[in-house]
Amino acid sequence: MERLILRRVGKPEDEMLINFGPQHPSTHGVLNFLVETDGEVMKRAVPEIGYLHRALEKIGEAVSYPGFMPYTDRIDYVAAMFANEGYAIAVEKLLKLEVPPRAQWLRAISCELCRIASHLVAVGAMASDIGASTPLVHALRERETLNDLIEALCGARLTYNYHRIGGVAYDMPTGWRDRVLKYLDHFDTYIQEFDRLISFNAIYVKRLANVAVISKAAAIDYGLVGPNLRGSGMDWDVRRDAPYGAYPSFNFEVPVGRGFQGTIGDAYDRYFVRMLEMAQSSRITRQALETMPEGETMAKVPRKIKPEAGEALSRVESARGEMAYYVISDGTDKAYRVRARTGSFTAMSIIEDISPGLMVADLIALIASFDVVAPEIDR
Amino acid sequence: MPVNYSPPPKSTPKVIVAVTLAAAAGIPFLFLGLVLLLTPVLKPATIDGLLSNAGIDPSWRTPAYVAALFVLALLMMNYGAIFSGVITWWERRVAGRIQSRIGPNRAGFGGFFIFIADAVKMLLKEDLVPADADALLFRAAPYFVVTGFALTFVVLPFGHSLVVTDLNVGVFYVTSVTALVVVGILISGWASNSKWALFGGVRAAAQVISYEIPAGVSIFVPIAMAGTLSMQGIIRAQGGLPWEWFVFRNPAALIAFFVLFTSQLAEANRTPFDLPEAESELVAGYLSEYSGFRFALFFLVEWGNIWVLSAIVTTLFLGGWQIPFVSAEYIDGLRGAGVLPSLAWWGWNAVSMAVFTAKTIALCNLVIWLRWTLPRVRVDQMMGLCWKYLVPAAFACFVFTLFWELAVSVAPRIELVSGVGFTVIAVVLAVLFARRVHQNIQAVQGEKIDLSNW
Repeated sequence: MERLILRRVGKPEDEMLINFGPQHPSTHGVLNFLVETDGEVMKRAVPEIGYLHRALEKIGEAVSYPGFMPYTDRIDYVAAMFANEGYAIAVEKLLKLEVPPRAQWLRAISCELCRIASHLVAVGAMASDIGASTPLVHALRERETLNDLIEALCGARLTYNYHRIGGVAYDMPTGWRDRVLKYLDHFDTYIQEFDRLISFNAIYVKRLANVAVISKAAAIDYGLVGPNLRGSGMDWDVRRDAPYGAYPSFNFEVPVGRGFQGTIGDAYDRYFVRMLEMAQSSRITRQALETMPEGETMAKVPRKIKPEAGEALSRVESARGEMAYYVISDGTDKAYRVRARTGSFTAMSIIEDISPGLMVADLIALIASFDVVAPEIDR
Repeated sequence: MPVNYSPPPKSTPKVIVAVTLAAAAGIPFLFLGLVLLLTPVLKPATIDGLLSNAGIDPSWRTPAYVAALFVLALLMMNYGAIFSGVITWWERRVAGRIQSRIGPNRAGFGGFFIFIADAVKMLLKEDLVPADADALLFRAAPYFVVTGFALTFVVLPFGHSLVVTDLNVGVFYVTSVTALVVVGILISGWASNSKWALFGGVRAAAQVISYEIPAGVSIFVPIAMAGTLSMQGIIRAQGGLPWEWFVFRNPAALIAFFVLFTSQLAEANRTPFDLPEAESELVAGYLSEYSGFRFALFFLVEWGNIWVLSAIVTTLFLGGWQIPFVSAEYIDGLRGAGVLPSLAWWGWNAVSMAVFTAKTIALCNLVIWLRWTLPRVRVDQMMGLCWKYLVPAAFACFVFTLFWELAVSVAPRIELVSGVGFTVIAVVLAVLFARRVHQNIQAVQGEKIDLSNW
């Protein structure tokens, strides 16, 4: 960033340096871009991150293993369930714990509902950033109902703190299964309604198709994950290719960008992969509710969690892509090191390289298509 | 300390409902009534007649004219301002419905008085001029915008004889004074000394000036068909029934209608062409640094322009105030020889005003509806649409119209054939569209989740 400002000296006068953020309506949190433009066309955009850094990983070294669980919610507050799950799995690996099947199934259900909720924000905010405010409100209306369901399950609507080391906090309440199934019946038709509302709108498609194309190789090189990686045509999903929890028992497809309206890897592909993923999440949730095993929801966990010295890495498929937790234990009741690998952070790195030649309005589409969440970038 | 919020009232008190309904009905009636009453009376000929009838010395003519002009200016400025206030409320209510939320519902019944609350709020805000802004230009910019908006009311017709003055170059006058708006916007963008404002101002300049070309050329189509530039003359060349409107009487006019409507949307900075103030891109564009009254002026113009653009399109293509089965000449004949017109003449004028207002408000609704449905185009797509599609289409329409008029002079029947044909097509499309909307609404209501026992 500093080098960018220094390099402004002696640059032609017709170029402009714009501080895009940190307070800007479409930076999805507190995020700053230094944008060099020649009129509407960007020379390049450099993301400046760190406005939301809260040293969460350092906090993980100061509190007990279960005590860090509420903090993981704050890593990605739009899809907090995955941050819970990743951390729980990592500590369970350290403890060599077997999680009861019912807890595994509840984890899968809660995560898939959370994925739908997160993707609804993603696609809604995308439409809002492109200039159509109605789809965002419609998506948030659906998310409210989902939040009701998750609230009935775990008592919270945003920062769930539902998963525990060794299982989940609560079993599902009476009648919850039917409510979820009833909602999913509605939701499957809602996706089509949303598609009719905005996905196939000619202006919307023109704004997103063939914009900010990321090739498969570039996506892999920059470490893009999740829908961003799949939007570039890479068929990779941790749930299927490195399965964890209950996922091996479910039947689902992994949507991959095929150039739905333009080139493979354009902003529209990243958008539409999310639309398709929501349908798959609904499918997984139905299967999980049907095949739900009976039994405990918590493994026998010692009152004071003190893993043996060692290290563990967990990988989960978060709504924003592959999320990894790396936890080192030194044998005490506090972790020696906790590290989270998040999708939004790596997505930031590619922006500088694909921004040259894009227009200022395309930068908005690009950020929105990555579905970045600012706290997940900085942690 | 727990905060004690007063629980929301179960239902709106009856007094508030009555006051709101009275205001909602009274404001349009008052202003349209004043327009109906004053515009024919304050014409020079009528003033002369009234003065000589009252036995006043003719040397008072000039002061009377000046006074009449002031009254008319006050009336039209207030009409524009109040209309733009009411339509902000209406837009927010419609947007609420479209977005499955309630919309404003606090100030008055149905939130009708929110535009007054907004105005009070804006007037009470600090009037901020940024430190490094060009203070003079920054302060001047809103007045350019308001002037460009208010001047259009000089020739905008409201009914059969209800127009401030029927300039013989009316259409050109409108296109030239509306260009003042872009001057104001460009000045505001430059004088704010903010990069976002500059972006917005330059976008607005590029957009409005580009779209004036297809708008200007497509206006030639009704001009060529009517053979006059006067707004009233163009309406008089049309008729009250749909197949007598210019939009259906000529295949090229139908295209020109869409070209003009699109261009007017772009000139009024409405979605999908709201690039100059694109919230998600430019924060607030040229408005970024404005606050208080100046900001209110920009917004007044933005919503007031909805009336202006709808009224222009209604005038040029949709038959204006023409009443079905009643010819303009028949109303002319009712006027009588007296200084003041006869009662029947007033009555038909009121009907013509109702027709014109209904058509214009229908178009206003279309504009609002578009805004809450469509995304925004990108700046290069906006320019591409203008120069690659609309400008050639407008020129083609103009040239076609010239040949069409030659053909009409040989075989006048083709106008009727085209008019009836396109009217039938339009009605069929409207019915199909309404059915589709009905089906969509039904489909959604079938899926509605009952949240009462959730």
